Amino acid sequence: MTEPCPKLSARNLNVFYGAKQAIKNVSIDISREHVTALIGPSGCGKSTFLRCFNRMNDTIENARVTGEIRLDGRDIHAADMDVVQLRARVGMVFQKPNPFPKSIYENVAYGPRIHGLASGRAEMDRLVEDALRRAGLWDEVRDRLADSGTTLSGGQQQRLCIARAIAVDPEVILMDEPCSALDPVATAKIEELIDDLRGRYAIVIVTHNMQQAARVSQRTAFFHMGAMIEYGETSTLFTNPVQARTKDYITGRYG
Amino acid sequence: MTATSAPRRAPTNWTAPAMQARVAVRYRRERLFRLAGLGALCLAGLFLAFLLFTIVRTGWSGFRHSEVAVSVVFDAQALGIDPAVARGPGGVEAIRRADFNALMQRSAAAQLGPAADVVSEGAWLDLRAAVLADRGVLGQTRTLWVPVRSNIDLLAKGKFDENEAEVTRGVSNEDIADYHYLEARGLIRTDFNEIFVSAANSTDPELAGIWGAALGSLLTLLVTIGAAFPVGVLAAVWLEEFAGRSRWTDFVEVSISNLAAVPSIIFGLLGLAVFLNFFNMPRSAPIVGGLTLALMTLPVIVITARAAIRAVPGSVRDAALGIGASPFQVVVHHVLPLALPGIMTGTIIGMARALGETAPLLLIGMRAFVADAPKGLTSSATVLPVQIFLWSDDAQRGFVEKTSAAIMVLLVILLLMSSVAIYLRNRFENRA
Ligand SMILES: Nc1ncnc2c1ncn2[C@@H]1O[C@H](COP(=O)(O)OP(=O)(O)OP(=O)(O)O)[C@@H](O)[C@H]1O
Ligand SMILES: [Mg+2]
Repeated sequence: MTEPCPKLSARNLNVFYGAKQAIKNVSIDISREHVTALIGPSGCGKSTFLRCFNRMNDTIENARVTGEIRLDGRDIHAADMDVVQLRARVGMVFQKPNPFPKSIYENVAYGPRIHGLASGRAEMDRLVEDALRRAGLWDEVRDRLADSGTTLSGGQQQRLCIARAIAVDPEVILMDEPCSALDPVATAKIEELIDDLRGRYAIVIVTHNMQQAARVSQRTAFFHMGAMIEYGETSTLFTNPVQARTKDYITGRYG
Repeated sequence: MTATSAPRRAPTNWTAPAMQARVAVRYRRERLFRLAGLGALCLAGLFLAFLLFTIVRTGWSGFRHSEVAVSVVFDAQALGIDPAVARGPGGVEAIRRADFNALMQRSAAAQLGPAADVVSEGAWLDLRAAVLADRGVLGQTRTLWVPVRSNIDLLAKGKFDENEAEVTRGVSNEDIADYHYLEARGLIRTDFNEIFVSAANSTDPELAGIWGAALGSLLTLLVTIGAAFPVGVLAAVWLEEFAGRSRWTDFVEVSISNLAAVPSIIFGLLGLAVFLNFFNMPRSAPIVGGLTLALMTLPVIVITARAAIRAVPGSVRDAALGIGASPFQVVVHHVLPLALPGIMTGTIIGMARALGETAPLLLIGMRAFVADAPKGLTSSATVLPVQIFLWSDDAQRGFVEKTSAAIMVLLVILLLMSSVAIYLRNRFENRA
């Protein structure tokens, strides 16, 4: 964590839902080379925290964010920051697969189209194929690109959502429990995919699955009741946690 | 506080008599419930069938009319038309100036003898139409089937009981005699009533048609949908997607719900005050009728469109926002296409209501007697339901069948509209 300028950094971040505080004074640096895992008990604020980085909390009516978040050193709440472009640069994969009720092709092509990333049909075809290949879905859907994205299985839908996110070539990918609805085989595929994507994108992943965090991430942050209790190298955090609460949680003694 | 060791219950005996009785009761209730539902459906179907049956029975004859054969000598000189002029560029003018009425009277008197007065007062229009269609008939003799007066028409259709006393019968002895005179000579026939489907209103039942009112309804609805649909959908989008929640939007929401429940005649008063008195728009015009009905339909469209927009899952919005779609793109690319079937259903329901609406249009002058089909959005017009109302109010016996026939036309148009709605809805739903 000794980069000159981390990909993402938060300083004294607080999030309130009405009067209720969901995130309490969190500061963190997220590196561009690593996969960063966020773990913690349900309701501790992991999703809320993740949504701060692409300002999706803006869309929640009673949510209020204070503190500072920087992407490549630039304040994302600054007046000259275009939130629409920010969300293209910081992609998100949601907890529940949410493909558009449109064709598989259209699902992937939509992002590049609205951002004007492809000129002409051929380039778009290539872009779509490339994104689907990287998401490990191409071989399963190459013959049915015109079918609706909602006809895919849950795991395929989630990979479609990942393809959709990487099709706009973001710099960061935020994943909110991407495997929570998937069976072990589909989970393994997505973990493999995360491994492949590492290095190319900064990845932040929320997970309830301790083994998953240990498998895919190099950095782990443990959250508890809105506060970040501990943050460090995944291997150390899981084998030798500093805080007692972290230890209780990862050994299953929590709650 | 909790009982740590509740006594263990005996295992449930699923075959005990009490249990069997409960099962029997359950089956009986289910059967009764189904029967009640079926009964309600049958009753509703019966009412509908009865309504349709009575309307079709009386209205059917409105689509037929009786004609009498008259051979006419198209003497150009007597008509005061110069055949050369008639063929030239000013021909139509010259033909329109000619006195075909006198020609009709002369021809009828010459051929129909005592029954000469059965010919309708508008029969001469057929003669003129014949010349307008083909100048070649000038100087020739042609046998034309021209419409008869309404009472003769009704006699031919068997609508009068000839054995009844003359005072209560509704038709004079002379008319009956005339009719039998013509019938005996094979000079009268009953066929498709092209006047009814092509003419506008008339004081004579045999010359009255539904086309004027149908066109008026069409023009009025065009204005209504043109004004209410975009405004309603935009208002709904704004309220749902951009307004957020504040005291002000709550107020707007309550106002719209209340507006939807306001009796339609109030909208007529509003239209009268705003469009006629304030903006000085023309009376009886489709543009005013359409805008008035748009005011009435707007709340319905806003409410159904909001419901349809709200039904679009939030995950779709999140997905689009998450890859950097602007709020506008989210609405146009994702929310509206998904909400469209619902919005269209609401709109068609609103339009169907507008099509059948009478009260507000009476207030803005659309009950006026209009003898010509409207030529544009600002010319005088009437609409189908008002026409039905006017005819049903008319003392002349001949309008009874016209009223029912007009109702049939209205119902067919309604049916067409809802078929289109269902077709569009299915199409868009399949695409989504
Ligand atoms: N829209 C909202 N309005 C009010 N409170 C909210 C809202 N969203 C979340 N919260 C509250 O904020 C806290 C953190 O929620 P969050 O969804 O971030 O938890 P989480 O760590 O992601 O939980 P999980 O692991 O179950 O997904 C919870 O107490 C939750 O009840
Ligand atoms: Mg969560």
